[in-house]
Amino acid sequence: MAKYFLIESRSPFDSPEVNNNYQLALDLANGGNQVTLFLVENGVFVARKTAQTESLDKLTNLTLLADDFSLRERGISTDEIKNNIKVVEISSVVEAMATGTKTMWL
Amino acid sequence: MSDTTLTFLIMDAPFEQARTTTAFRMMEAALEKGYNVNVFAYEGGVSLSFALQQPHANAVHGRTFEEEQHPLTREWIAALHKKAQEKGLVFDWVNCGLCVDERGVNEAIDGCRRGGPRDFLGWANQSNSLVIGTR
Amino acid sequence: MKALQIIQSGYRCTIEEQDDPVIWFIQVLKTAEGEVDIVLRGNAVNYAVISQDASGLSFGTWTQTQPSKMDQDLQQAIDQGITVYAIAEDIAIRGIPESKLLTGIKQISRLEFANLFNNYDQVWTW
Repeated sequence: MAKYFLIESRSPFDSPEVNNNYQLALDLANGGNQVTLFLVENGVFVARKTAQTESLDKLTNLTLLADDFSLRERGISTDEIKNNIKVVEISSVVEAMATGTKTMWL
Repeated sequence: MSDTTLTFLIMDAPFEQARTTTAFRMMEAALEKGYNVNVFAYEGGVSLSFALQQPHANAVHGRTFEEEQHPLTREWIAALHKKAQEKGLVFDWVNCGLCVDERGVNEAIDGCRRGGPRDFLGWANQSNSLVIGTR
Repeated sequence: MKALQIIQSGYRCTIEEQDDPVIWFIQVLKTAEGEVDIVLRGNAVNYAVISQDASGLSFGTWTQTQPSKMDQDLQQAIDQGITVYAIAEDIAIRGIPESKLLTGIKQISRLEFANLFNNYDQVWTW
């Protein structure tokens, strides 16, 4: 099975298409693939524990990451973030690419 | 010389989208990791290396020309070129020639050259690539 | 290297460019023997609708004489040997009649879309 690193820079608050992107991530994971969803830019607006994010909450069988700079830029502190989202640096993207992971900016 | 090369395609024009900054952060991170980097600038992305970009003062910020230190993407590209050179890495930047012509941004900074989609295909055949489309 | 091309942003600059620059780009790759196929998603599924007409635009004395023809560009891509898929749910939700779709388009479900990725070395999202 393949490894996928998906980059999401929007949130469902921006566009309903983002829910389809989350579903794509879920479908890839359900297909037995190893999937990482990296939230960056306004994509991190779903990361707060208090955000209403039903579609994101369904993503239980993949890895959720959030870009540290995007969070800091928006004043979102680490203790505000959902427990299943890991805060990482942008280098996560290039490390995935370097190991041959299929990387897509949704 | 690094064994690892990453290829990016970037489409957004400068001063428009957060994706531009994020893309540059990825390029910086790649060089920091010791990877070679190829960049194909498509459509509005060809203006990122336009040599005639000029900074400005900002009266609203209450800062002079010197104090404002206005970001310019041509300077970001030049800085990444320098970083790659110092680390013995490749940082190859190709602007889509037709996109350059239709926008009249022929004056690119040193180190950036003209090319076409076949350059990107050649890179993608040799390395993992990421398309950063516009929305 | 086989690369799947996902196009989701429709009609963004088709008037100025006289085409979708992503479809143009993919057609150039095909002529360079690139192994590429297309998936239309989101608003871009409407590119598969026949009889699109962007003619008649003028600004003062300037008139556009060569407007974009997205359906014809897609047909040209199909004729080049590029497989063009479109997400069935995205077609349905926009109420696009089946009778108005290019016959060469292959409709796939969202679930089939994810499974399609396994057939390609890289997936490029435009």
